[in-house]
Amino acid sequence: MRVDISKLMPPSSIVAGPCEPVFRWETGAAILDDAIGGGFAIGRVHEVFAARAEDSPACAGFVLALAIRNAGHSKPVVWLRSERAVRGGVIQGAGWAELGGAPEACLFVLAEDAKALLRAGVDALRCGGLGAVVIEGWGRMPELDLTASRRLSLAAEKSEVPLLMLRVDAEPVPSAAETRWQVSAAPSQALPGNAPGAPCFDIELLRCRSRPAGQSWRLEWDRDRKSFRDTAVSGSMVSLPLRRQAAQTGNGPLRPDAKYAA
Amino acid sequence: MDHCAQTPNTPPDAPPKKPLVFTVKIKNALRIAAVDAHAQTLGLVPGLALADARAREPQLLAVPMDEAADSHMLRRLAHRCSCWSPTVVLMPPDAIGIDIQGAAHLFGGEAGLMTEVEAAMAVAGMEVRLACADTAEGAQALARFAMLPVVDEAAALRALPVVALGLEPQAALGLQRAGLKTLGDVAARPSASIAARFGMEAVTALDRILGKARGALMPMLHTAPLRFERRFAEPIAHQASIAAALSTLLDEAMTALAKRGLGGRRFRLTLCRSDGAKQYLDIEVGSPTRDPALVLRLFNERAETLNDPLDPGFGYDSLLLAIPSAEKLGVEQHSFESEAKADIALAELIDRLSTRLGPGRIRRLVPHDSHIPEQAQLALPAVHARKPVPWPAPPKGEPPQRPLFLFDPPQPVEVIAEVPDGPPHRFRWKRKLHEVRLYEGPERIATEWWRKKGGEYAGKGGLTRDYYRIEDVHGRRYWIFRHGLYEEKPDPKWYLHGLFA
Repeated sequence: MRVDISKLMPPSSIVAGPCEPVFRWETGAAILDDAIGGGFAIGRVHEVFAARAEDSPACAGFVLALAIRNAGHSKPVVWLRSERAVRGGVIQGAGWAELGGAPEACLFVLAEDAKALLRAGVDALRCGGLGAVVIEGWGRMPELDLTASRRLSLAAEKSEVPLLMLRVDAEPVPSAAETRWQVSAAPSQALPGNAPGAPCFDIELLRCRSRPAGQSWRLEWDRDRKSFRDTAVSGSMVSLPLRRQAAQTGNGPLRPDAKYAA
Repeated sequence: MDHCAQTPNTPPDAPPKKPLVFTVKIKNALRIAAVDAHAQTLGLVPGLALADARAREPQLLAVPMDEAADSHMLRRLAHRCSCWSPTVVLMPPDAIGIDIQGAAHLFGGEAGLMTEVEAAMAVAGMEVRLACADTAEGAQALARFAMLPVVDEAAALRALPVVALGLEPQAALGLQRAGLKTLGDVAARPSASIAARFGMEAVTALDRILGKARGALMPMLHTAPLRFERRFAEPIAHQASIAAALSTLLDEAMTALAKRGLGGRRFRLTLCRSDGAKQYLDIEVGSPTRDPALVLRLFNERAETLNDPLDPGFGYDSLLLAIPSAEKLGVEQHSFESEAKADIALAELIDRLSTRLGPGRIRRLVPHDSHIPEQAQLALPAVHARKPVPWPAPPKGEPPQRPLFLFDPPQPVEVIAEVPDGPPHRFRWKRKLHEVRLYEGPERIATEWWRKKGGEYAGKGGLTRDYYRIEDVHGRRYWIFRHGLYEEKPDPKWYLHGLFA
């Protein structure tokens, strides 16, 4: 209902106070949405850090799922990468579609350095009508100082396009971001035959403007409903303790498998 | 006065010594349509069946006639001819007419012009038959049927055979049977009786060839290139004055484009410096445009990203704006829908980023019909791939089957797996050991053996890949394959090919 009310309100001005309503998009996981005030704010900067460099695909998947959730099937998503990011693999349209997105509507920008990346990011944010802009930055990126961050956030507020900063191999530094997250891959719920299931993420809220932070969740991305699901309440499986290895289930992968033995 | 250059088919790259003929299929039989000089000396003529020609000349080289290529070549030659006269007429299939009235004296009269045309065509690899006459039809008839060179034009025209009239074969045969062998014979007869017997066309054709009447010429239309120039009395070096001059040039160019109903796709600005150096700025837009502000912005963008910045030195003498590529663009209709506005904004973003970073850095993903994973998509520059091609939707209720990130080339990993067909139990990638918790597979992807020479034989088609979708104990999901089955290769290697979200 809060969202309904906020949708009726006019969009926020440049500086949003704690009570000023902003447009938000929900993730689908109610607990998380409540913790950040009803969903991710549109026209703001959200930083997502990969917990470790190996978690970069999971982190990218989480960011992409968020972007898909806001963009739907028609709004384009602009994904900007630096040349360093390509070392982590080339983005695949098939994999994008497998997460529920529409790669045909999206633009992929490859910038040679961080400066060009941020500049292209500001240009993309000025273009209205986008579902989301994603900037994938690898490494420390000293160019992303408070000024650059503020410039990005102003551009995002003006065009009401959310900016998702995907950071790999980097430490959080002060910035103009509305929320800051840390994401790592989480063991998925095994399908029959010990097959890996839908993508799961461990996410931790590092910072949320004017709200308490520090909570963490384990979310599963449901491609067909285009929605996140808190695995703790899904009922199909008891949630595992966070930040701990999943217990070895039985003889696990060594067990000969009925499905593929034939 | 007209001037006719007849251009026979010349072989593109015929090996020497072998007679060459071009064939067409007429009533299910291959017949010769054109021959080269060598074949002509052997007595091969157009119309002969290819089988008969082969019987006479087993060495014969036969190539199917490509009429589209011929007409394209003729058109290009005609363009070449436009340096001698503004009026150039295409006479398909193999002739070009040039109206040299008032133009021949520039090249030293008719004889001088003919020498020049012959030399120029020889450079282009063409052997030509040239003739001049009062009318285009007369010149064409002389070039085709007269003995060259023509000394007395009127006599030569009257001595032409009646086939030169270009009538139906029946009518030409009828004239010959009536004892009329040359055009002179026909002209000596009262035209009324000719018209009564062979139709008005015969009389008209005769009059046109002999120069008594003139037919309408259909010259090729030349569209003036879109080039706009501004010269300055004094060289200018100030950025503001250059920008002002450029914007007036752009306004001029856009008015010209609007008049032709076109929009520019590519623009090139040449800055001519007073010391003779030239600097170029090239931009390209994704959809045709007539918006001077947009083009100006893109030129600014381009100038900023140059490796060595524009140096005006002592100033620029002139600016030259050329539009080498333009496309049809109707009158724009502004829409009130926000969606259309968003599309325009996105197109502008593509143009701007492509200009600044280079077109290869802004890409769209297009599905490609191949089941080899690294070939299943094309990343096309967004400037060129405007129309989105939809991607197939994945089946419902399944976890992702294809990774979000792919390594090209795949990265080698050390794997401990069951032999022969078992899944990996643990693998080492980048010196880190990963314990496999869940797996699915194998998904067997064979090579595209039909593209490989000899691929249809067993063992020659390349190595099959067995893909496994696996998840390690930390929940990271990988796509790993074994390159080759055990029956294909004794010790197949394993590779990590992709990363799932």
